[in-house]
Amino acid sequence: MRALDVEGLDVDLGGRPVLRGVRLHLNRGELVGLLGPNGAGKTTLLRAILALTRTRGGTVTVEGKPSRRGRSDIGYVPQRHEFTWDFPISVEQAVMTGRTGRLGLLRRPGVADWRAVGDALDRVQLAGLRRRPVGELSGGQRQRVLVARALALAPRILLLDEPFTGLDMPTQELLGDLFTSLAREDRAVLMTTHDLVAAVDSCTRLVLLNGRIIADGQPADLQDAELWTKTFGVSAASPLLKLVRAA
Amino acid sequence: MSITDFLTDLLNPDLAFLPKALAIAVMSSIVCGVVGCYVVLRGMAFIGDAVAHAVFPGIAVAFVLQGSLVLGGAVAGVATALLIAIFSQNRRVKEDSLIGVFLVATFALGIVIISQAPGYAGSLQQFLFGSITGIPDRDLYVVGGTGLVILGLVLALHKEFVAVCLDREMSRSMGLPVFWLDIVLYVLVTLAVVISLQTIGNILVLALLITPAAAARLLTDRLGVMMLLAPAIGGVSAFVGLYLSWSYDTPVGGTVVLVATAIFLAAWLIAPRHGVLTRRWMRPTERELPDDPGPGSYGLPHPQEPSPVAG
Repeated sequence: MRALDVEGLDVDLGGRPVLRGVRLHLNRGELVGLLGPNGAGKTTLLRAILALTRTRGGTVTVEGKPSRRGRSDIGYVPQRHEFTWDFPISVEQAVMTGRTGRLGLLRRPGVADWRAVGDALDRVQLAGLRRRPVGELSGGQRQRVLVARALALAPRILLLDEPFTGLDMPTQELLGDLFTSLAREDRAVLMTTHDLVAAVDSCTRLVLLNGRIIADGQPADLQDAELWTKTFGVSAASPLLKLVRAA
Repeated sequence: MSITDFLTDLLNPDLAFLPKALAIAVMSSIVCGVVGCYVVLRGMAFIGDAVAHAVFPGIAVAFVLQGSLVLGGAVAGVATALLIAIFSQNRRVKEDSLIGVFLVATFALGIVIISQAPGYAGSLQQFLFGSITGIPDRDLYVVGGTGLVILGLVLALHKEFVAVCLDREMSRSMGLPVFWLDIVLYVLVTLAVVISLQTIGNILVLALLITPAAAARLLTDRLGVMMLLAPAIGGVSAFVGLYLSWSYDTPVGGTVVLVATAIFLAAWLIAPRHGVLTRRWMRPTERELPDDPGPGSYGLPHPQEPSPVAG
């Protein structure tokens, strides 16, 4: 069974077509990079998978069942700016908020919940900072808090929105290694990114998106310059293509 | 007047309104302190202001009809809170503009309504700036009961409120009813405002909501501590404010707010970690450094990065 099946997905936002006929499959063990220019619909695709946005047509199937909100088999890591970093909350409490939906109303976290949070923090190597206020963390540490929050539900699918944006190269490398090992632990990982180098380097498969899927394949199979000029709307002389060829 | 004289006056049966005013002021400051923590952390001070103004036409109607002021204010405030929440779903007009529209409109409505009542100038001043006399016994129970309901709901929904404050997008994906949680929070803010109107008044009530919570935020980085400190600061401000107001014959609402503001300023200057003076006094070496800087976090070169010479 596939972890994620998107078939013929159409999404409109504010009466404008954003996604058309999107077809995307994800298997466990894969780390797939979703690439495309601004406004290509990358975040919209993630939100449609999470049932956060109304779809016009098509189906999203997660682990064999139609997608709906509040499913604990999908872990979502939104962009870092969605999070209120000046909130007076410690790292472990922030990670625990990932379990709010599962806990339900009027229930307080128990031993099993704290254990899940501890495991998630160990997994992203933040256990030593568990009591630190989130506002005092560096960009890379913040990204790892968000990943741990998603992992607190032990999901089989992980959706990451722009995890590399605004981070320096060493931090990107560290996170790239983390995502690779998360995928190897029998999870399906889908990540949107602007960072071609990091994507080509760490992803097992790349999907080029601009309103519709332009290409879908392993990095080595996507050498054709036309795919990239078509996706990003750049000229054949763009430095982007040099990057692709070099990778 | 010494504090002993004040305590004697509190027990004097001829001055029965004084302990009633004190009880209401302290109870409403405690409730406002707790609810104010969410208001401060979510940056929704402007919503608090709007609701405080929106309560006014309800009170005016209740005054004209000789009904319960607390009830009238609650109905009008909740109605406005709902309107703001519903209108703000349309993203074309931003929330703050909407609030600006409703804030002034409701206040204008209140002024028009109350001008219909004979002898309105005196009552107007009482609504706007608060008063400690003429509080019926019934209000004591209404304020106490409403306060307990508010605190109970905060206790029950705290986990969800925190999740929504932190990250709305993630909360939606977890299946939390974000819209309804917003509505409940707005209603709680409204009720906290309404029960504080008697003593503090319509204009100054915002300070009771914001100032203690903001001072508490400066004093701690832990939410649990903040939510205990804020009501404590509010309660102390109410007590000291009422004492000073009774001693020096100053308006009670204004005095309570000034005491709270003094505490806020003190926190701003000498809070343990975030105070302006505290930071100046502390030498950089004494400042705590994170134990796991991680490569590159301080702009230091990554250990594995080849040096320009070697590369």
